[in-house]
Amino acid sequence: MSRTRELSVDPVTSSDAARAQDETRRARLRSGKVTDFAIQASVLISIGLIWEIASRGGFVHPFLLPPLSEALMRLVSNAITGTLFIDLGLTLYRAVTGFAISAAIAVPLGVLMARSAPVRWFFDPLVSIGFPMPKIAFLPIFILWLDIYDTAKITMVAFSCFFVIVSASYAGTLAVDRWQVWSARSFGASERQVLTEIVLPMALPQILTGFQIALPVAMITTIVTEMLMGGRGIGGAMITAGRFADSVGVFSGIIAIALLGFAVIRTLEMIRRRILVWHAEARS
Amino acid sequence: MSIATPFRYAPLLILFLAWEAATTFGLISTQMLPHLTTVIATWWELMAGGELPSQAYRSLSRSFAGLGAAVFFGILIGVTMAGSRAFRLVANPIVQAFYPMPKSALIPVVMIWFGLGDMSKISLIFLGCMLPVVISSYNGARGVNPFFIWSAKSLGASNAAVAVQVVLPGAMPEILNGVRTALAFSFILMVSSELVIARDGLGYLISTFGESGSYPAMFAVILTVAALGFIADRTYSAFMRYVLRWRES
Repeated sequence: MSRTRELSVDPVTSSDAARAQDETRRARLRSGKVTDFAIQASVLISIGLIWEIASRGGFVHPFLLPPLSEALMRLVSNAITGTLFIDLGLTLYRAVTGFAISAAIAVPLGVLMARSAPVRWFFDPLVSIGFPMPKIAFLPIFILWLDIYDTAKITMVAFSCFFVIVSASYAGTLAVDRWQVWSARSFGASERQVLTEIVLPMALPQILTGFQIALPVAMITTIVTEMLMGGRGIGGAMITAGRFADSVGVFSGIIAIALLGFAVIRTLEMIRRRILVWHAEARS
Repeated sequence: MSIATPFRYAPLLILFLAWEAATTFGLISTQMLPHLTTVIATWWELMAGGELPSQAYRSLSRSFAGLGAAVFFGILIGVTMAGSRAFRLVANPIVQAFYPMPKSALIPVVMIWFGLGDMSKISLIFLGCMLPVVISSYNGARGVNPFFIWSAKSLGASNAAVAVQVVLPGAMPEILNGVRTALAFSFILMVSSELVIARDGLGYLISTFGESGSYPAMFAVILTVAALGFIADRTYSAFMRYVLRWRES
Protein backbone atom coordinates (compact mmCIF):
# COMPACT_ATOMS: atom_id res chain seq x y z
CA MET A 1 0.00 0.00 0.00
CA SER A 2 2.81 2.42 0.82
CA ARG A 3 4.42 1.70 -2.58
CA THR A 4 1.31 2.76 -4.56
CA ARG A 5 1.06 5.97 -2.51
CA GLU A 6 4.66 6.84 -3.46
CA LEU A 7 4.02 6.22 -7.17
CA SER A 8 0.81 8.26 -7.47
CA VAL A 9 0.80 12.02 -8.23
CA ASP A 10 1.35 13.76 -4.94
CA PRO A 11 -1.52 16.23 -4.33
CA VAL A 12 0.75 18.26 -2.05
CA THR A 13 3.29 19.04 -4.85
CA SER A 14 0.65 20.13 -7.39
CA SER A 15 -0.90 22.64 -5.00
CA ASP A 16 2.65 23.84 -4.28
CA ALA A 17 2.96 24.71 -7.96
CA ALA A 18 -0.35 26.56 -7.91
CA ARG A 19 0.72 28.46 -4.80
CA ALA A 20 4.01 29.38 -6.48
CA GLN A 21 2.11 30.80 -9.48
CA ASP A 22 -0.08 32.87 -7.15
CA GLU A 23 3.02 34.20 -5.42
CA THR A 24 4.57 35.34 -8.72
CA ARG A 25 1.35 37.04 -9.74
CA ARG A 26 1.07 38.84 -6.43
CA ALA A 27 4.76 39.74 -6.51
CA ARG A 28 4.31 41.29 -9.93
CA LEU A 29 1.39 43.38 -8.70
CA ARG A 30 3.37 44.42 -5.65
CA SER A 31 6.39 45.46 -7.74
CA GLY A 32 3.99 47.75 -9.55
CA LYS A 33 4.57 46.48 -13.08
CA VAL A 34 0.89 46.14 -13.80
CA THR A 35 0.04 49.48 -12.21
CA ASP A 36 2.90 51.12 -14.15
CA PHE A 37 1.47 49.86 -17.40
CA ALA A 38 -2.03 50.91 -16.43
CA ILE A 39 -0.89 54.43 -15.51
CA GLN A 40 1.07 54.86 -18.72
CA ALA A 41 -1.80 53.62 -20.85
CA SER A 42 -4.17 55.99 -19.09
CA VAL A 43 -1.76 58.88 -19.72
CA LEU A 44 -1.97 58.23 -23.46
CA ILE A 45 -5.75 57.88 -23.28
CA SER A 46 -6.11 61.14 -21.36
CA ILE A 47 -3.90 62.96 -23.87
CA GLY A 48 -6.18 61.64 -26.59
CA LEU A 49 -9.19 62.91 -24.66
CA ILE A 50 -7.60 66.32 -24.06
CA TRP A 51 -6.84 66.57 -27.78
CA GLU A 52 -10.44 65.74 -28.66
CA ILE A 53 -11.95 68.13 -26.12
CA ALA A 54 -9.53 70.96 -26.93
CA SER A 55 -10.36 70.73 -30.59
CA ARG A 56 -14.11 70.16 -30.46
CA GLY A 57 -14.56 72.61 -27.57
CA GLY A 58 -12.92 75.33 -29.62
CA PHE A 59 -10.01 75.96 -27.18
CA VAL A 60 -7.68 75.37 -30.10
CA HIS A 61 -8.82 76.37 -33.56
CA PRO A 62 -10.04 73.18 -35.26
CA PHE A 63 -7.99 74.06 -38.33
CA LEU A 64 -4.74 74.03 -36.36
CA LEU A 65 -5.65 70.90 -34.43
CA PRO A 66 -8.52 68.93 -35.91
CA PRO A 67 -10.32 66.54 -33.57
CA LEU A 68 -8.60 63.21 -33.05
CA SER A 69 -11.80 61.42 -33.98
CA GLU A 70 -11.90 63.14 -37.38
CA ALA A 71 -8.29 62.25 -38.08
CA LEU A 72 -8.97 58.64 -37.14
CA MET A 73 -12.11 58.54 -39.28
CA ARG A 74 -10.14 59.90 -42.24
CA LEU A 75 -7.54 57.20 -41.61
CA VAL A 76 -10.20 54.49 -41.64
CA SER A 77 -11.87 55.83 -44.78
CA ASN A 78 -8.49 55.97 -46.52
CA ALA A 79 -7.91 52.40 -45.48
CA ILE A 80 -11.26 51.36 -46.88
CA THR A 81 -10.72 53.07 -50.24
CA GLY A 82 -7.22 51.61 -50.30
CA THR A 83 -5.36 54.91 -50.76
CA LEU A 84 -3.77 54.46 -47.32
CA PHE A 85 -2.29 51.12 -48.32
CA ILE A 86 -1.14 52.43 -51.70
CA ASP A 87 0.63 55.34 -50.03
CA LEU A 88 2.15 53.36 -47.17
CA GLY A 89 3.08 50.57 -49.56
CA LEU A 90 4.83 52.99 -51.93
CA THR A 91 6.76 54.61 -49.10
CA LEU A 92 7.72 51.24 -47.65
CA TYR A 93 8.77 49.96 -51.09
CA ARG A 94 11.05 52.93 -51.68
CA ALA A 95 12.54 52.77 -48.20
CA VAL A 96 13.17 49.03 -48.24
CA THR A 97 14.56 49.00 -51.79
CA GLY A 98 16.96 51.85 -51.05
CA PHE A 99 17.95 50.17 -47.79
CA ALA A 100 18.53 46.79 -49.49
CA ILE A 101 20.67 48.30 -52.26
CA SER A 102 22.66 50.20 -49.68
CA ALA A 103 23.15 47.12 -47.48
CA ALA A 104 24.24 45.00 -50.44
CA ILE A 105 27.09 47.44 -51.12
CA ALA A 106 27.82 48.70 -47.62
CA VAL A 107 28.14 45.41 -45.71
CA PRO A 108 30.81 43.91 -48.02
CA LEU A 109 32.58 47.27 -48.08
CA GLY A 110 32.60 47.53 -44.28
CA VAL A 111 33.88 43.99 -43.89
CA LEU A 112 36.53 44.62 -46.55
CA MET A 113 37.57 47.85 -44.82
CA ALA A 114 38.20 45.96 -41.59
CA ARG A 115 40.28 43.30 -43.31
CA SER A 116 42.30 45.27 -45.86
CA ALA A 117 44.44 48.28 -44.99
CA PRO A 118 44.47 49.96 -48.44
CA VAL A 119 40.68 49.78 -48.70
CA ARG A 120 40.42 51.23 -45.23
CA TRP A 121 42.84 54.07 -46.06
CA PHE A 122 40.81 55.04 -49.10
CA PHE A 123 37.31 54.90 -47.65
CA ASP A 124 37.86 55.91 -44.04
CA PRO A 125 37.97 59.69 -44.61
CA LEU A 126 35.04 59.48 -47.04
CA VAL A 127 32.91 57.63 -44.49
CA SER A 128 33.91 59.77 -41.53
CA ILE A 129 33.19 62.95 -43.48
CA GLY A 130 29.97 61.60 -44.90
CA PHE A 131 28.59 60.49 -41.56
CA PRO A 132 27.79 63.86 -39.94
CA MET A 133 26.80 65.52 -43.21
CA PRO A 134 23.15 66.34 -43.76
CA LYS A 135 22.91 64.00 -46.73
CA ILE A 136 19.47 65.23 -47.67
CA ALA A 137 21.22 68.31 -49.05
CA PHE A 138 22.38 66.16 -51.96
CA LEU A 139 18.83 65.41 -53.10
CA PRO A 140 18.73 68.20 -55.73
CA ILE A 141 21.90 66.71 -57.24
CA PHE A 142 20.30 63.29 -57.48
CA ILE A 143 17.19 64.79 -59.05
CA LEU A 144 19.42 66.52 -61.59
CA TRP A 145 21.32 63.36 -62.42
CA LEU A 146 18.54 60.82 -62.38
CA ASP A 147 14.89 61.67 -62.77
CA ILE A 148 11.95 63.09 -60.90
CA TYR A 149 10.41 59.74 -60.10
CA ASP A 150 11.45 56.77 -58.03
CA THR A 151 15.09 56.38 -59.09
CA ALA A 152 16.19 59.60 -57.45
CA LYS A 153 14.25 58.80 -54.27
CA ILE A 154 15.67 55.30 -53.95
CA THR A 155 19.20 56.51 -54.66
CA MET A 156 18.84 59.21 -52.01
CA VAL A 157 17.67 56.62 -49.49
CA ALA A 158 20.57 54.30 -50.38
CA PHE A 159 23.04 57.18 -50.01
CA SER A 160 21.67 58.09 -46.58
CA CYS A 161 21.77 54.53 -45.21
CA PHE A 162 25.17 53.78 -46.68
CA PHE A 163 27.36 55.41 -44.05
CA VAL A 164 25.56 53.94 -41.05
CA ILE A 165 25.75 50.41 -42.44
CA VAL A 166 29.40 50.73 -43.45
CA SER A 167 30.36 51.97 -39.98
CA ALA A 168 28.44 49.20 -38.25
CA SER A 169 29.85 46.45 -40.49
CA TYR A 170 33.37 47.85 -40.09
CA ALA A 171 33.10 48.02 -36.30
CA GLY A 172 31.49 44.58 -36.08
CA THR A 173 34.14 42.89 -38.19
CA LEU A 174 36.94 44.65 -36.36
CA ALA A 175 35.64 43.43 -33.00
CA VAL A 176 35.74 39.76 -33.92
CA ASP A 177 37.68 37.82 -31.30
CA ARG A 178 41.11 36.90 -32.67
CA TRP A 179 41.26 33.74 -30.57
CA GLN A 180 38.26 32.32 -32.35
CA VAL A 181 39.87 33.02 -35.71
CA TRP A 182 43.19 31.46 -34.66
CA SER A 183 41.39 28.49 -33.19
CA ALA A 184 39.58 27.88 -36.47
CA ARG A 185 42.80 28.24 -38.46
CA SER A 186 44.57 25.75 -36.20
CA PHE A 187 41.83 23.28 -37.08
CA GLY A 188 42.74 23.69 -40.73
CA ALA A 189 39.95 26.02 -41.82
CA SER A 190 40.57 27.79 -45.12
CA GLU A 191 40.43 31.61 -45.22
CA ARG A 192 37.04 31.40 -46.91
CA GLN A 193 35.72 29.16 -44.14
CA VAL A 194 37.10 31.50 -41.52
CA LEU A 195 35.27 34.36 -43.20
CA THR A 196 31.91 32.70 -43.63
CA GLU A 197 31.78 30.64 -40.47
CA ILE A 198 33.62 32.76 -37.89
CA VAL A 199 34.00 36.38 -38.90
CA LEU A 200 30.61 37.08 -40.46
CA PRO A 201 28.49 35.38 -37.77
CA MET A 202 30.47 37.13 -35.02
CA ALA A 203 30.07 40.49 -36.72
CA LEU A 204 26.37 39.88 -37.26
CA PRO A 205 25.02 41.48 -34.03
CA GLN A 206 26.64 44.81 -34.81
CA ILE A 207 25.69 44.62 -38.46
CA LEU A 208 22.10 44.01 -37.41
CA THR A 209 22.26 46.97 -35.05
CA GLY A 210 23.40 49.03 -38.01
CA PHE A 211 20.36 47.75 -39.93
CA GLN A 212 18.09 48.67 -37.03
CA ILE A 213 19.37 52.24 -37.18
CA ALA A 214 19.47 52.40 -40.97
CA LEU A 215 15.92 51.29 -41.73
CA PRO A 216 14.26 54.13 -39.76
CA VAL A 217 16.76 56.48 -41.43
CA ALA A 218 15.62 55.07 -44.76
CA MET A 219 12.01 55.75 -43.85
CA ILE A 220 12.70 59.31 -42.72
CA THR A 221 14.64 60.01 -45.92
CA THR A 222 11.90 58.49 -48.07
CA ILE A 223 9.26 60.64 -46.42
CA VAL A 224 11.29 63.82 -46.81
CA THR A 225 12.12 63.12 -50.46
CA GLU A 226 8.44 62.44 -51.10
CA MET A 227 7.55 65.74 -49.48
CA LEU A 228 10.06 67.50 -51.67
CA MET A 229 9.12 65.82 -54.91
CA GLY A 230 5.39 65.42 -54.44
CA GLY A 231 3.36 62.66 -55.98
CA ARG A 232 2.13 59.61 -54.13
CA GLY A 233 3.50 58.00 -51.02
CA ILE A 234 2.68 59.01 -47.48
CA GLY A 235 5.07 61.99 -47.54
CA GLY A 236 3.69 63.25 -50.82
CA ALA A 237 0.11 62.80 -49.63
CA MET A 238 0.84 64.77 -46.45
CA ILE A 239 2.49 67.70 -48.19
CA THR A 240 -0.34 67.84 -50.72
CA ALA A 241 -2.80 67.91 -47.83
CA GLY A 242 -0.73 70.68 -46.25
CA ARG A 243 -0.76 72.76 -49.40
CA PHE A 244 -4.51 72.34 -49.78
CA ALA A 245 -5.00 73.35 -46.13
CA ASP A 246 -6.47 69.92 -45.41
CA SER A 247 -5.33 69.68 -41.80
CA VAL A 248 -7.36 66.53 -41.14
CA GLY A 249 -5.37 64.85 -43.91
CA VAL A 250 -2.10 66.05 -42.41
CA PHE A 251 -2.89 64.68 -38.97
CA SER A 252 -4.23 61.39 -40.25
CA GLY A 253 -0.96 61.08 -42.18
CA ILE A 254 1.01 61.62 -38.99
CA ILE A 255 -0.90 58.87 -37.21
CA ALA A 256 -0.33 56.56 -40.19
CA ILE A 257 3.40 57.29 -40.18
CA ALA A 258 3.65 56.77 -36.43
CA LEU A 259 1.92 53.39 -36.76
CA LEU A 260 4.15 52.41 -39.68
CA GLY A 261 7.29 53.41 -37.80
CA PHE A 262 6.16 51.48 -34.74
CA ALA A 263 5.43 48.38 -36.85
CA VAL A 264 8.80 48.57 -38.61
CA ILE A 265 10.77 48.89 -35.38
CA ARG A 266 8.92 46.02 -33.71
CA THR A 267 9.37 43.82 -36.78
CA LEU A 268 13.11 44.50 -36.82
CA GLU A 269 13.38 43.59 -33.14
CA MET A 270 11.55 40.33 -33.79
CA ILE A 271 13.76 39.50 -36.78
CA ARG A 272 16.85 40.26 -34.73
CA ARG A 273 15.74 37.90 -31.96
CA ARG A 274 15.10 35.13 -34.50
CA ILE A 275 18.39 35.53 -36.33
CA LEU A 276 20.51 35.91 -33.21
CA VAL A 277 18.83 33.10 -31.26
CA TRP A 278 22.18 31.32 -31.11
CA HIS A 279 24.02 34.32 -29.69
CA ALA A 280 24.85 34.99 -26.05
CA GLU A 281 22.74 38.14 -26.04
CA ALA A 282 19.59 36.05 -26.53
CA ARG A 283 20.18 34.37 -23.19
CA SER A 284 20.50 37.59 -21.20
CA MET B 1 46.70 68.39 -36.91
CA SER B 2 49.69 66.16 -37.37
CA ILE B 3 51.88 65.37 -40.37
CA ALA B 4 49.67 62.39 -41.06
CA THR B 5 46.50 64.45 -41.58
CA PRO B 6 47.06 65.34 -45.27
CA PHE B 7 47.85 61.68 -45.94
CA ARG B 8 44.71 60.62 -44.11
CA TYR B 9 42.47 62.90 -46.14
CA ALA B 10 44.27 62.25 -49.45
CA PRO B 11 41.39 60.10 -50.79
CA LEU B 12 39.28 63.25 -50.76
CA LEU B 13 41.84 64.95 -52.94
CA ILE B 14 41.77 61.96 -55.28
CA LEU B 15 38.00 62.29 -55.48
CA PHE B 16 38.22 66.00 -56.31
CA LEU B 17 40.87 65.36 -58.96
CA ALA B 18 38.69 62.64 -60.46
CA TRP B 19 35.79 65.11 -60.52
CA GLU B 20 37.80 67.73 -62.38
CA ALA B 21 39.25 65.13 -64.76
CA ALA B 22 35.85 63.64 -65.59
CA THR B 23 34.43 67.00 -66.59
CA THR B 24 37.52 68.31 -68.35
CA PHE B 25 37.87 65.21 -70.50
CA GLY B 26 34.18 65.23 -71.31
CA LEU B 27 33.36 61.95 -69.57
CA ILE B 28 30.47 63.66 -67.83
CA SER B 29 28.62 66.57 -69.36
CA THR B 30 29.01 69.86 -67.56
CA GLN B 31 25.23 70.20 -67.58
CA MET B 32 25.06 67.40 -65.04
CA LEU B 33 28.29 68.00 -63.18
CA PRO B 34 29.85 71.45 -63.49
CA HIS B 35 33.63 71.78 -63.40
CA LEU B 36 34.99 71.75 -59.89
CA THR B 37 36.78 74.98 -60.74
CA THR B 38 33.51 76.60 -61.84
CA VAL B 39 31.85 75.52 -58.59
CA ILE B 40 34.71 76.94 -56.55
CA ALA B 41 34.62 80.20 -58.49
CA THR B 42 30.86 80.50 -58.02
CA TRP B 43 31.26 79.74 -54.32
CA TRP B 44 33.75 82.55 -54.02
CA GLU B 45 31.37 84.91 -55.80
CA LEU B 46 28.56 84.00 -53.44
CA MET B 47 30.80 84.52 -50.42
CA ALA B 48 32.17 87.81 -51.62
CA GLY B 49 28.71 89.08 -52.61
CA GLY B 50 27.53 88.40 -49.09
CA GLU B 51 24.63 86.24 -50.18
CA LEU B 52 26.01 83.00 -48.82
CA PRO B 53 27.06 84.36 -45.41
CA SER B 54 23.75 86.13 -44.82
CA GLN B 55 21.63 83.13 -45.77
CA ALA B 56 23.90 80.86 -43.75
CA TYR B 57 23.43 83.17 -40.78
CA ARG B 58 19.64 82.96 -41.11
CA SER B 59 19.66 79.17 -41.35
CA LEU B 60 22.16 78.57 -38.59
CA SER B 61 20.59 81.05 -36.17
CA ARG B 62 17.24 79.29 -36.55
CA SER B 63 18.67 75.83 -36.07
CA PHE B 64 20.78 76.84 -33.06
CA ALA B 65 17.77 78.50 -31.47
CA GLY B 66 15.75 75.32 -31.87
CA LEU B 67 18.67 73.14 -30.81
CA GLY B 68 19.44 75.24 -27.74
CA ALA B 69 15.84 75.08 -26.54
CA ALA B 70 15.74 71.34 -27.26
CA VAL B 71 18.93 70.69 -25.27
CA PHE B 72 17.80 72.80 -22.31
CA PHE B 73 14.32 71.32 -22.01
CA GLY B 74 15.51 67.85 -23.01
CA ILE B 75 18.06 67.64 -20.20
CA LEU B 76 15.51 69.04 -17.75
CA ILE B 77 12.86 66.49 -18.74
CA GLY B 78 15.26 63.54 -18.96
CA VAL B 79 16.89 64.11 -15.58
CA THR B 80 13.51 64.72 -13.91
CA MET B 81 12.22 61.50 -15.46
CA ALA B 82 15.11 59.62 -13.88
CA GLY B 83 14.53 61.22 -10.51
CA SER B 84 10.78 61.09 -10.09
CA ARG B 85 8.68 57.98 -10.73
CA ALA B 86 5.49 60.03 -10.99
CA PHE B 87 6.96 62.29 -13.66
CA ARG B 88 8.38 59.31 -15.52
CA LEU B 89 5.03 57.56 -15.66
CA VAL B 90 3.51 60.63 -17.28
CA ALA B 91 6.36 61.50 -19.63
CA ASN B 92 7.46 58.02 -20.69
CA PRO B 93 4.45 57.07 -22.84
CA ILE B 94 4.74 60.37 -24.69
CA VAL B 95 8.43 59.74 -25.39
CA GLN B 96 7.75 56.16 -26.50
CA ALA B 97 4.93 57.31 -28.77
CA PHE B 98 7.13 59.89 -30.51
CA TYR B 99 10.16 57.63 -30.81
CA PRO B 100 9.20 55.64 -33.92
CA MET B 101 7.80 58.67 -35.69
CA PRO B 102 10.09 60.32 -38.24
CA LYS B 103 10.20 63.93 -37.06
CA SER B 104 10.32 65.22 -40.64
CA ALA B 105 6.71 64.04 -40.86
CA LEU B 106 5.95 67.11 -38.75
CA ILE B 107 6.96 69.46 -41.60
CA PRO B 108 3.40 69.79 -42.97
CA VAL B 109 2.10 70.25 -39.43
CA VAL B 110 4.39 73.16 -38.60
CA MET B 111 3.64 74.56 -42.03
CA ILE B 112 -0.06 74.65 -41.07
CA TRP B 113 0.67 76.11 -37.65
CA PHE B 114 3.33 78.70 -38.41
CA GLY B 115 3.38 79.22 -42.14
CA LEU B 116 6.60 79.75 -44.02
CA GLY B 117 8.42 81.94 -41.53
CA ASP B 118 11.09 81.40 -38.92
CA MET B 119 8.88 79.93 -36.20
CA SER B 120 7.98 76.86 -38.26
CA LYS B 121 11.60 75.84 -38.64
CA ILE B 122 12.59 76.66 -35.06
CA SER B 123 9.68 74.65 -33.68
CA LEU B 124 10.39 71.72 -36.01
CA ILE B 125 14.03 71.57 -34.95
CA PHE B 126 13.00 71.98 -31.31
CA LEU B 127 10.57 69.05 -31.49
CA GLY B 128 12.88 66.87 -33.56
CA CYS B 129 15.99 67.36 -31.45
CA MET B 130 14.34 66.96 -28.05
CA LEU B 131 13.98 63.19 -28.25
CA PRO B 132 17.65 62.10 -28.42
CA VAL B 133 18.49 64.55 -25.62
CA VAL B 134 15.63 63.35 -23.39
CA ILE B 135 16.48 59.69 -23.91
CA SER B 136 20.20 60.09 -23.34
CA SER B 137 19.70 62.35 -20.29
CA TYR B 138 17.29 59.82 -18.83
CA ASN B 139 19.68 56.91 -19.40
CA GLY B 140 22.67 58.90 -18.19
CA ALA B 141 20.94 60.07 -15.02
CA ARG B 142 19.66 56.58 -14.32
CA GLY B 143 23.17 55.20 -14.63
CA VAL B 144 24.72 57.44 -11.97
CA ASN B 145 26.17 55.36 -9.16
CA PRO B 146 23.57 55.46 -6.35
CA PHE B 147 26.35 55.46 -3.74
CA PHE B 148 27.40 58.92 -4.90
CA ILE B 149 23.86 60.17 -4.48
CA TRP B 150 23.54 58.62 -1.01
CA SER B 151 26.93 60.05 0.02
CA ALA B 152 25.86 63.53 -1.00
CA LYS B 153 22.53 63.19 0.79
CA SER B 154 24.19 61.90 3.94
CA LEU B 155 26.37 65.00 3.88
CA GLY B 156 23.20 67.08 3.91
CA ALA B 157 22.80 67.99 0.24
CA SER B 158 19.34 69.06 -0.86
CA ASN B 159 17.65 67.34 -3.81
CA ALA B 160 18.48 70.25 -6.07
CA ALA B 161 22.15 70.19 -5.06
CA VAL B 162 22.29 66.46 -5.67
CA ALA B 163 20.78 66.91 -9.11
CA VAL B 164 23.16 69.66 -10.17
CA GLN B 165 26.38 68.56 -8.52
CA VAL B 166 26.17 64.76 -8.61
CA VAL B 167 23.67 63.56 -11.20
CA LEU B 168 24.41 66.07 -13.95
CA PRO B 169 28.20 65.60 -14.05
CA GLY B 170 27.76 61.84 -13.76
CA ALA B 171 25.32 61.74 -16.64
CA MET B 172 27.38 64.20 -18.72
CA PRO B 173 29.06 61.70 -21.09
CA GLU B 174 25.77 60.25 -22.18
CA ILE B 175 24.04 63.62 -22.32
CA LEU B 176 26.84 64.99 -24.52
CA ASN B 177 26.48 62.01 -26.86
CA GLY B 178 22.76 62.62 -27.10
CA VAL B 179 23.39 66.28 -27.91
CA ARG B 180 25.79 65.21 -30.67
CA THR B 181 22.99 63.15 -32.24
CA ALA B 182 20.65 66.10 -31.79
CA LEU B 183 23.19 68.34 -33.56
CA ALA B 184 23.18 66.04 -36.60
CA PHE B 185 19.36 65.96 -36.51
CA SER B 186 19.22 69.74 -36.37
CA PHE B 187 21.19 70.01 -39.62
CA ILE B 188 19.05 67.39 -41.33
CA LEU B 189 15.81 69.03 -40.21
CA MET B 190 17.14 72.47 -41.13
CA VAL B 191 17.93 71.41 -44.69
CA SER B 192 14.76 69.31 -45.13
CA SER B 193 12.42 72.00 -43.88
CA GLU B 194 14.12 74.74 -45.88
CA LEU B 195 13.97 72.71 -49.08
CA VAL B 196 10.22 72.31 -48.61
CA ILE B 197 8.94 75.45 -46.86
CA ALA B 198 11.06 78.55 -46.76
CA ARG B 199 11.52 82.13 -47.85
CA ASP B 200 15.19 82.37 -47.00
CA GLY B 201 18.08 80.29 -45.76
CA LEU B 202 20.53 77.81 -47.27
CA GLY B 203 17.94 75.20 -48.27
CA TYR B 204 15.92 77.91 -49.95
CA LEU B 205 19.04 78.96 -51.88
CA ILE B 206 19.58 75.37 -53.00
CA SER B 207 16.05 74.95 -54.30
CA THR B 208 16.00 78.36 -56.00
CA PHE B 209 19.31 77.77 -57.76
CA GLY B 210 18.14 74.29 -58.74
CA GLU B 211 14.88 75.53 -60.17
CA SER B 212 16.49 78.34 -62.11
CA GLY B 213 19.15 76.06 -63.56
CA SER B 214 22.16 77.73 -61.94
CA TYR B 215 23.77 74.41 -61.17
CA PRO B 216 27.28 75.58 -60.26
CA ALA B 217 25.76 77.79 -57.57
CA MET B 218 23.52 74.95 -56.41
CA PHE B 219 26.53 72.63 -56.10
CA ALA B 220 28.45 75.33 -54.27
CA VAL B 221 25.74 75.80 -51.63
CA ILE B 222 25.20 72.04 -51.23
CA LEU B 223 28.90 71.48 -50.60
CA THR B 224 28.89 74.40 -48.15
CA VAL B 225 26.01 72.82 -46.21
CA ALA B 226 27.77 69.45 -46.14
CA ALA B 227 30.98 71.09 -44.95
CA LEU B 228 29.10 73.01 -42.24
CA GLY B 229 27.57 69.82 -40.92
CA PHE B 230 30.97 68.17 -40.85
CA ILE B 231 32.70 71.13 -39.19
CA ALA B 232 29.94 71.44 -36.59
CA ASP B 233 30.28 67.77 -35.68
CA ARG B 234 34.07 67.91 -35.42
CA THR B 235 34.00 71.12 -33.37
CA TYR B 236 31.42 69.64 -31.04
CA SER B 237 33.53 66.47 -30.60
CA ALA B 238 36.50 68.61 -29.58
CA PHE B 239 34.24 70.50 -27.16
CA MET B 240 33.03 67.18 -25.75
CA ARG B 241 36.59 66.01 -25.17
CA TYR B 242 37.36 69.30 -23.40
CA VAL B 243 34.33 69.09 -21.10
CA LEU B 244 35.02 65.47 -20.22
CA ARG B 245 38.75 65.93 -19.68
CA TRP B 246 38.36 65.27 -15.95
CA ARG B 247 37.37 61.67 -16.63
CA GLU B 248 40.03 58.99 -16.56
CA SER B 249 38.98 57.23 -19.77
